[in-house]
Amino acid sequence: MSKFSRRQVLQGAAATGAALSTPLVLNAAAHGYTNDPTKSGKLVFGFNVPQTGPYSEEGKDELRAYELAVEHINGEGDGGMLNTMTVNGEGPALKGNGVLGMKLNYVTGDTQTKSDAARASARKMIENEGVIMFSGGSSSGVAIAVQGLAQEKKVIFMCGLTHSNDTTGKDRKRYGFRHFFNAHMSGAALAPVLKNAMGGERRAYHLTADYTWGWSQEESIMNSTGAIGWETVNAVRTPLKTSDFSSFLTPVLNSGADVLVLNHYGKNMVDSLTQAVQLGMRDKMVNGKQLEIVVPLYSRLMAQGAGENVKGIYGSTGWSWQLTDAGSQAFVKSFGTKYGFPPSQAAHTCYVQTLLYANACELAGTFDPAAVIPTLEGMDFDGMGNGPVHYRADDHQCFKDVLVVKGKDNPSSNFDLLEIVEVTPRAQVEYDSNLYAGDLGPI
Amino acid sequence: MRKRDYFLLFIFAAVMLSMPIWGPFIDAGYPDIMQRFAVFGLIAVGFNLLFGLTGYLSFGHAAFLGIGSYTAVWCFKLFTMDVIPAIIASTIMGGLVALILGFVALRRSGIYFSILTLAFAQMMYSLAYSVLTPLTNGETGLQLALGDARVLDRALGTNPESGLPSTSFLGFGVSNQGMTGYWICAIVAIIGFYIALRITRSSFGIMLRGIKSNQTRMSYTGLAARPYLITVFVISGMYAGLAGGLLASVDPLAGAERMYWTASGEIVLMTILGGVGTMFGPILGAGIIKWLEAKLSTFNESVVEQAMAFLPDSIEHSFAVVASKFVGEGWHLSLGVIFMLIVIFLPGGVMEGLQRLVGLFGFGKTKKQGADTSTPAE
Repeated sequence: MSKFSRRQVLQGAAATGAALSTPLVLNAAAHGYTNDPTKSGKLVFGFNVPQTGPYSEEGKDELRAYELAVEHINGEGDGGMLNTMTVNGEGPALKGNGVLGMKLNYVTGDTQTKSDAARASARKMIENEGVIMFSGGSSSGVAIAVQGLAQEKKVIFMCGLTHSNDTTGKDRKRYGFRHFFNAHMSGAALAPVLKNAMGGERRAYHLTADYTWGWSQEESIMNSTGAIGWETVNAVRTPLKTSDFSSFLTPVLNSGADVLVLNHYGKNMVDSLTQAVQLGMRDKMVNGKQLEIVVPLYSRLMAQGAGENVKGIYGSTGWSWQLTDAGSQAFVKSFGTKYGFPPSQAAHTCYVQTLLYANACELAGTFDPAAVIPTLEGMDFDGMGNGPVHYRADDHQCFKDVLVVKGKDNPSSNFDLLEIVEVTPRAQVEYDSNLYAGDLGPI
Repeated sequence: MRKRDYFLLFIFAAVMLSMPIWGPFIDAGYPDIMQRFAVFGLIAVGFNLLFGLTGYLSFGHAAFLGIGSYTAVWCFKLFTMDVIPAIIASTIMGGLVALILGFVALRRSGIYFSILTLAFAQMMYSLAYSVLTPLTNGETGLQLALGDARVLDRALGTNPESGLPSTSFLGFGVSNQGMTGYWICAIVAIIGFYIALRITRSSFGIMLRGIKSNQTRMSYTGLAARPYLITVFVISGMYAGLAGGLLASVDPLAGAERMYWTASGEIVLMTILGGVGTMFGPILGAGIIKWLEAKLSTFNESVVEQAMAFLPDSIEHSFAVVASKFVGEGWHLSLGVIFMLIVIFLPGGVMEGLQRLVGLFGFGKTKKQGADTSTPAE
């Protein structure tokens, strides 16, 4: 074959490519904002949670909460927190007929607790299913990764459970919002309680999940316990995939530390705590003091997983179904009616985030992020658990009361494993938004 | 290259370039999955050069993919958000690492070679996952940050005033504009296919086939096989590095997961499923696996129950329980079954199936026939 035909082939290929790409380029330039539901005629939210991996229990509970929120927004069920919430001093703008008169649909995805898989799943939601907002979490690594994607694709991401300071700190994004509390607040709330319970002269040994959340929590807890006079003996990083922690736990006993801080979450925490208790750590005396274990971020699901072993162990949590305010009660009631057991803190934050976003759209009168984002920024709301809450505009972090909890000695049921030791008021956990400097970026 | 080969190239280019048109019919018309088709097609083509021509089964190709991705993201962080330098750097890096590994691993053949490459890939994975955390950011994955140097962008004044920049191609947005990313991947895949075709048809390619059919005889004729093997291994590594660079270009994040041994296994599966040694087979295999992954892994029990709603209730439930094991997180089960069926009944992969179909209906020389110019391996 002559060279002429090869050129022809290449030219043909190039011409075809150029011709095919034209409509798509025009299409991209012409649209107002990504996935406008009023154009497609379908309103879709994306729920991207870990259904596999070490955080899958939390993820499944989040999914239940999302389904419940969609029901309530569409006017099905008993309405839950729609009956109790107030935003900027007024009742909810949502009317129980979907959002802005459109029925709400949703799609789900599996993040597998991996940043790569989560991004792929989120891209599929944005590019293929046309979601106007997506939400999810349970790992800060994942939350930060998809939040970056949200910024690039200009689709709002309402963070689910993510506790790293970085999410609204150095990695904060204009298109990302977090209702959940963070490691800094855990430290600020826990330190005074720990000082009362264990004294001001302690030597702590940290085991830390080796990714952004672990690093961030380790730093925050070290700082706040340092302020009450504790010394950190050592901090060891453990891979997220670890399920046998014995090789990490044995050195603790020879280190002279009298407090073990487990910066672990989900199945990691269940495994490390159970194995620590099996090693007899709870009965050890070091430096003439009882060896104590602290789990800075606690959840009821983890307590259930670890069972007996959580007795007397301190930690902090964002929300508990035992709270008695009207909002929490309404949520627990509708969740319990639908699923037969109480919701976890992960479920709570995801439920609230979905309602808040939908309500902000209703308030703004449009789904356009350019109008919805300013509505969410600086919003004050109440009646959704944890008392009055403020969505700080500078870093998109919510400020609310934090709960310090302890494993109950005599639990009455499998769900009643944690008792609330103290409700730390919002003022005590607030910090300057420049403490963890970042840049939200443009709308 | 013969006339038929230009025809092959033309078909491939047409299929890739028209994907936005036919993609929606198989629910794959969105950039993310189309990019995956192109990128994994490319890596499978490169893998097939090694495995299809020489018969050396590398079980560590995902390591090159991961290295390519990390190189590209570092290139974005340090120099510029333009994808061209990143893609070039990741290709070179893939080749360099392949040269080092090839030098060691190609001293052995057969199963020993496979195990050596597997061990290497797992070592790379562990390094990326927990040892080289400052370089790879471990579990969290390497991502762009506000404080990145981006020396060239800052010098040229293209650095945005606030927020993170997107990757770009000569000023066109890539990671924030799905389709630009796809066109880049598709064009690179077509060029990659063309080069692979040239290599396969060249005397170098024939030499590689000679090594595959009888290496001892090749040695007796006075030929040193190793330089040829190392060359093709490096080329194959460059394809994988390039694919990794492309992945990072369309989505600037590199995680250690993509170097895990299952990822390497997936590349092998793609090639065998499609048809080892054929030009189209590996690409077809890559497409099938990526499509199944995207579809099956998102099904859950309720979707299955809906799909079987026409059955009586009792049967429906038991059917759904069984079927749900094969979708969602269990989609690998389905993949396993398909793979076994193919290997048992169609050792030449999907390409052999197509060939048989064509033979069955007795079309003499149709388009499909054209694709099967080379005989499938073993």
